[in-house]
Order: sequence, then structure tokens, then C-alpha cells
Amino acid sequence: MSAAERIQALAPVSGRRRYTDTMMRGLLLAATIVALIPLVLVIYYLIKRGVGSWGGSFFTSDPNGNFFGNPGGIRSALLGSLEIVGLATLIAIPIGVGVALYLTEYGKQSLFANVVRYFVDVMTGVPSIVFGLFIFIVLVLAHVGGNFTAWKGSVALSLLMLPIVVRSAEVVLLLVPSELREAALALGAPRWRVVFRVVLPTALPGLVTGSLLAIARGMGETAPLLFTTAGAFGLTFSLSQQMNALPLQIYNDILSPRNVVVDRAWGAALALVTLVLILNVVARVASQRSRMA
Amino acid sequence: MEAGASTVTGGRSLIEPSPAARLPDQVLRWGLLGLAGAILVLIAYFFIRLIGQSGTALDHFGLSFVFGNNWDVSRDIYHGAPLVVGTLITSAIALLIGVPVAVATAIYLTELCPRRLRQPLSMLVDLLAAVPSVVYGLWGVFVLAPKLVPAEKWFAKTFSFIPFIGGGASSVTPTNYFIAGLILAIMILPIVSAIAREVIATVPADNKEAALALGATRWEMIRMAVLPYARPGITGGAMLGLGRALGETIAVVVVIGDAPAIGHHLFNQGYTLASVIANEFGEATGIHRSALFAAGLVLFVLTLIVNIIARGFVARGHRARVPRR
Repeated sequence: MSAAERIQALAPVSGRRRYTDTMMRGLLLAATIVALIPLVLVIYYLIKRGVGSWGGSFFTSDPNGNFFGNPGGIRSALLGSLEIVGLATLIAIPIGVGVALYLTEYGKQSLFANVVRYFVDVMTGVPSIVFGLFIFIVLVLAHVGGNFTAWKGSVALSLLMLPIVVRSAEVVLLLVPSELREAALALGAPRWRVVFRVVLPTALPGLVTGSLLAIARGMGETAPLLFTTAGAFGLTFSLSQQMNALPLQIYNDILSPRNVVVDRAWGAALALVTLVLILNVVARVASQRSRMA
Repeated sequence: MEAGASTVTGGRSLIEPSPAARLPDQVLRWGLLGLAGAILVLIAYFFIRLIGQSGTALDHFGLSFVFGNNWDVSRDIYHGAPLVVGTLITSAIALLIGVPVAVATAIYLTELCPRRLRQPLSMLVDLLAAVPSVVYGLWGVFVLAPKLVPAEKWFAKTFSFIPFIGGGASSVTPTNYFIAGLILAIMILPIVSAIAREVIATVPADNKEAALALGATRWEMIRMAVLPYARPGITGGAMLGLGRALGETIAVVVVIGDAPAIGHHLFNQGYTLASVIANEFGEATGIHRSALFAAGLVLFVLTLIVNIIARGFVARGHRARVPRR
């Protein structure tokens, strides 16, 4: 039988099957569009209702908590967020990359390494408010350096960011070719030099991507800050005081009955989403660049 | 030659690093190991302390903390069934709406989408996960909730014969279980979709080509070759989404209505484990605070179980792949 005869021997695609195929393809496309509608709507409303409040002293004044008149801007919230997340980043990234280094360079597939891997995965699934409770019990109830302070919020956020950093760093470190490590070792370099001079620099772009995603995640979290930093109105640069943060400010403003305060929530939300989206886009573009190279 | 070598007594072989070089190695090795171990110790420590803080409430209320239907702050009675039921209802709604859309999106993006659009569209779906939960809450309570009230009323009236889902058209409130579930669906969609995409991408091309070669249409290929192969992974992804939905706090607390009773209809107000903590913790003292810690403990254990099962499914999906490749 020649090839042409064999193809003719197959049952032709019936009309009903072709119809089902077209229908299902259309349905899958429709679902994808439906999935993207919320993103478009959220961004549309953020811009529509948020841009209006961005004028005047929105970024240069602090919220004042007055019941009448101008409610103030978001300066303390914006700077507070940067401070709290900054400290959380300083905690989470060295520890996270360290744990990932242990997993890829030393632990590998040992039982202990797999247990650590497993619990890091489990940490990813812990609700963020539970991290808030943990830190409340361990640091706030115990009055470690005062009651509610900004640095305790940073610790709570760093717990949340840690598993993200570890998992993304492990993936990237595994991508470093083992030939590079072997070449360095063969030249007589000790392990620690291999790690610091070969493995980490090679993996750097990927590590940056994972870290940026973790920072973006930490930036938007409200629940871990509720019972740790507790929020404030005024601007402070002291991490051992209560501090305002963008998500806290938005959360409090949502609950307000005053329209001007709700408008401020939209403005603050637009600022927050802009920050988070920029971090995300930079991270993703960076990762694509490095993968192509 | 041999005599020359033996004169260097006490020397070391070239391959063996000097003790001075070995020290930082050991420091790094055990330092990193300590770091990894510290995480395990920390999780265990947190867990024990949380149990300790919940003790007062759990001793006092026993099993009725989970099964009793009476959350009354003014009389210090904390029977948390309304919270547990609310958490389960909103998460179920999130799964029912979110998972089919997420899986369909994943199939479209991996199997049908034009190659050029694949990367940007995937990135857009991922960006759904980047929007902070407080922003979803803000949008949900001021835009989505009021806009959906007429549709909800119509739905409740038209399907009034279905228990729980229909009926109670007069008691439809802007904040309710359904809105909370819908917001949660949006929030878990990118997570489920990302995992489903990953799993579907690992379906061997041989399987797909075999289906196509047998004369299957695209959809039949997806139904017969792709989905059965990817099912464990997709189930795991859905479970991870469930874990996220159970624990989500801030987006839910503003759209659920914070009513400490079990709602009789889909469009009634309710409460969840996570949102009660966020809402009441600020002014809670004594046994009230302990009850909120206990709510956190129940939530923690619940998400832990769901996540462990989910990891099992995802891992099974990975193992199933290996021998066939």
C-alpha cells in the first residue's frame, strides 16, 4: 500500500468532530480572554480613580487622620514601605541565597537537603497572616525592643519572601554548568572560592530576577504588617518605631467612610501597583535576557 | 628521585588543600547547613508557640471551637463554625470558578496560541498574581461588589429553587460569600495556570504526535493525550490554589461582610478564619485573643494539610514523567 492509499484509508474527520474541535478551541480562547479581563479592569479603575488624587501634595505630605478637611497624602506610607521592605530584603536575600547554595553545592539529594526543600515549599503555602501571628507572639508579646516596630514587620515580610528567594535561587544555581565548577576545582581553588568567584557571579542575573519577584511580593503584603508594624500617620526613619506602609494605609483608608480618604486609597493603590508591576516587568525582562544569552 | 621525595617529610600532596584553605571551606559548609537547619527549627518553634497561645481558647471550648455555631465577641463565646464554613464556601467558589478558567488558559497558551503571542500572554496572566491583595480588596468592594448586585438579585430570583445557591433575593447584600469567592478565583487563577502550563509543557511530543497521526483533531489530541498525562500535576496546582484561597486575608476581609454567622444563601454576608483575625485582633485581649490565635492555628493546619497533599500530587506528576521520556 502506498502512503497516499494509507492516508485515504483513515476515517475522514466527520462534521460533528470538526464542529466540536472548533467549539472547544473557541472556548479555550474565550477562557483566556476572560482570565485577562480582571487585570484590565483593575488597572483601568486604578488609573481612572487613582490619577485624580495624585496631584498637589499627594507625595509630599503625610496622612494626618483629621476628620475634616484635607486628609493628607501618602509620603510616610511610601517611604515606610521602602524602609520596611528594604530591611526585609536585606534579611531574606542573604539567608535565602545561602540556603539555596547549601541545597545545590553541599546538600544536593541528601535526606536533610530534601527535608529542607520540603519545608521551604511548605512555607510558601503558609498564609501571610499566620506569619504575622508568629512574629506577634515571638517578638511583640515578648516585648523584644518595644511593642510594635517597623523592624518586626520586616522580619515577618522576610519570612514570607524567604521561600520565594530559596526556590528561585536553587533553580538558577542548578543552571550553572558543573563544568565551570569542575574547572575551578581542577585549578586548585577551594570550594568557597568556587562558590563566591564562579557559581554566584554566573548565577547573578537569575538571582536578581528571583529577588525582585520576592521584593514585589513583600511590597504588596498587608497582613503580616498589621500586628507587627501596626501603622502610623507621621513620617519616621527609625525602624524601632511604628511605621506607615502603603498596603496598611490602603487597608485603613478602605474602611473609612470619607470619600476623600477612599480617593486617597485609590491613589495609593495606583502608586503601589505601579511599583510592583515595574519590579515584575524588570524581573521578567531580565530573566529572558539572561536566558537568551 | 625516590630519595629526593622522601626528604620532604611532613609535606602534603598537591591535591590536598592546606589547612588554612580548608578552614573557610568548613565554615561555609557548616554555616550554610546551620542556616538551612535554622529554618526547620524556626518553623517548629513558631508552631509550638502558636499552639501555646491558642491553648486557653482550645481548652475552654474544646471541639466546639471548630464545630459550634456561635461566634459572639460580646459574651466571650468563640465557637468558630461560621468562620470554618465561610472559609470553605469561599474557597470552594474560588476553585469552581478559578480552576476551569486557569486550566483552559494554560491549555490555550501551551497548545493553541500563536507562538508569537505565547510569551506576552503568559506574562500578562502571571501579572494577575502581582497585584497586591489589598488592591483586589479595594477594587472588589468599591467596583465589583456594587456592580454585581443587580445580577446577583436576578440570579437568586431565577434559581430560587436551588437550595443555598438560589433564593433569598431580598437579602442579597453587596458584600457576600460569592464576591469573596470571585475575588479569590481571580487571585488563584495565575497560580493554578502557571503550574498547569508547566505540567502541560512536559507532555511528550511523541504522545501528542501519535494522537494527531491517528487522525485526532486538535481538541481530541488535547483531550486524549495531553489532559490524562497532565492530570496529577493539574490537580496538585488546583490544591495549591486552594491553599492560597483558604489563607487569603486582606482581599476577603473587605468583601465578605464580616458577619459572625453562617449565611443561608450564596449572596449573604459571612466571615472566614483569616478575615476574623485581621478584623478583630487589634482590640482583642484575653480569651478573645487566644481564640483568634486558635483560628490562626486551625488555618495553619488546614493549609498545611492541603499543601502537603498538593505537593504529593505535583511530585507524582513529576515521577510519572521520568520513565516515559
